[in-house]
Amino acid sequence: MTTVVTDNCQKCRFTDCVAVCPVECFHYDDDMLYIDPNVCIDCSACIPECPVQAIFEEDDLPEDKKHWIEINATRAPQLPGCSDPMEPLPGALERKAALGF
Amino acid sequence: MNKPGTDQRPLKVAIVGSGPSGFYATEALFKSGLSVQVDMYERLPVPYGLVRSGVAPDHPKLKQAIQVYANIAENPAFRLFANVTVGKDIAVQQLQSLYHAIIFTCGAESDRRLGIPGEELPGSHTATEFVGWYNGHPDYRDKIFDLSHETAVIFGQGNVAADVSRILAKTCDELRATDIAEHALEVLATSRIRDIYVIGRRGPAQAKFTSKELKEFGELENCVATVNASELELNPSSVNELEEKTNVSNKKIYELFTEFSSHAQPSNNKRRVHFSFLKSPVALLGNQRVETVRLEQNQLEGAAFNQSAKGTGHIIELQAGIVFRSIGYKGKPVPGVPFDEKRGVIPNQEGRIINGITPVPRMYVAGWIKRGPSGIIGTNRADSVATVAALLTDLDNSVFADCTNVNTDALEVLTTNGVRVVNFDDWKRIDQLEIARGLATGKPREKYTRVQQILQLLE
Repeated sequence: MTTVVTDNCQKCRFTDCVAVCPVECFHYDDDMLYIDPNVCIDCSACIPECPVQAIFEEDDLPEDKKHWIEINATRAPQLPGCSDPMEPLPGALERKAALGF
Repeated sequence: MNKPGTDQRPLKVAIVGSGPSGFYATEALFKSGLSVQVDMYERLPVPYGLVRSGVAPDHPKLKQAIQVYANIAENPAFRLFANVTVGKDIAVQQLQSLYHAIIFTCGAESDRRLGIPGEELPGSHTATEFVGWYNGHPDYRDKIFDLSHETAVIFGQGNVAADVSRILAKTCDELRATDIAEHALEVLATSRIRDIYVIGRRGPAQAKFTSKELKEFGELENCVATVNASELELNPSSVNELEEKTNVSNKKIYELFTEFSSHAQPSNNKRRVHFSFLKSPVALLGNQRVETVRLEQNQLEGAAFNQSAKGTGHIIELQAGIVFRSIGYKGKPVPGVPFDEKRGVIPNQEGRIINGITPVPRMYVAGWIKRGPSGIIGTNRADSVATVAALLTDLDNSVFADCTNVNTDALEVLTTNGVRVVNFDDWKRIDQLEIARGLATGKPREKYTRVQQILQLLE
């Protein structure tokens, strides 16, 4: 079991999740955040923090988002860690509205 | 005078409590870019607060947060002063003179009471006692739990109630390979409990479990989770609550209850966990000990997300031999520090301790003792970061010049007071010994559960 960031994070990257991560398992690129499954302790603290519901427990992933397990596992270790919240990406609020949140 | 935080004049901070909030406050101070020295006080001779003695033994992954704290503790500017009770071994007033600032992160150590007749009967316990007991907390080492009756009742529907119920529901084989305390495993092996009632005063749409904790009840080896389908009927406000798009958590929980309601009644040798709603305890009855739990049926009143439970006058009785209350937690007052008795927290504004409306200079608070017992481990990280941000903002204030003995080493004061301070190197020895002890029986660790025993090991 792990916890997975999915496509709703793209172009948003609000990082509210990062503030409550007890183990600093988030990483980031110019597009979104990723969780390192080898560091995450499955506490799920981040899930309710996401304003666009991008984060899922692995078991709860919809079928069409399951490929994000692999993407998080591959990408996270290659990228810089994100241990403190950052400014959301430009246009994040518009993207959030477009996603219906 | 320069503000503290330079190499010539490091910012000296005392942190009272070694749980997650204390370590996240330490981390935030070390990340500030200032020169900081942190001494962390802990009344037990072992660190990590509820990650060690609260997180359930069958949730080992959550305990990996400890690795983060151990890394923070390796900072040369950090010292652990365990086995030191603030307010007894050293006064808060003394700390105020030895440090530029104090951050209280001492958690919520006592339970809220039901406030009903019979609450003091033998067989009526707090969840804190039981959790501390099975986790090897020295304060609860010698508590006695009589598991000889077939029915147990837990009041409350949060994650602590879930932990207590799950530990009662699991077989010894399911617990044997965890770091559960040996004395607890021995007693649980004799348990005759068959039915476990987990009772909430509000409805199935308001239960406070996380879906992850609740889901585990569907995966137990020798226990079936059940809900009476008639208890899942919702009033219109609860329907509205579950339809709200942001209320993902309660929706998932309700779906799990629905799934449990379709479980077939198990064969006799299996245990059963019954989730039951809209009932408040009104009395515990019994001659020598708890024999009967008297409940009043409730109904919900109020608008969606603001519903409260009101008694209907309809009384139900349930035979039970042991009762646990898990209906909320409150902090304990620290001598010399303001305390809000009603909320069970240290009164504060954004982490700055206040007395009435007057700020108490250089005194801060973070974690459960600041905001009350809500959220999980990581919630305290954001909370501690916010408190430290307030402290750093205040450094420009001249009150930070008022620390008369800031050049005196607190360790000398403690030694003079005759206190055996357990430092982080001492803890690492205990840690290794516990792990080695566990290895013998296939457990990740076997905790030492008596203060004297731990201190003797260090001699």
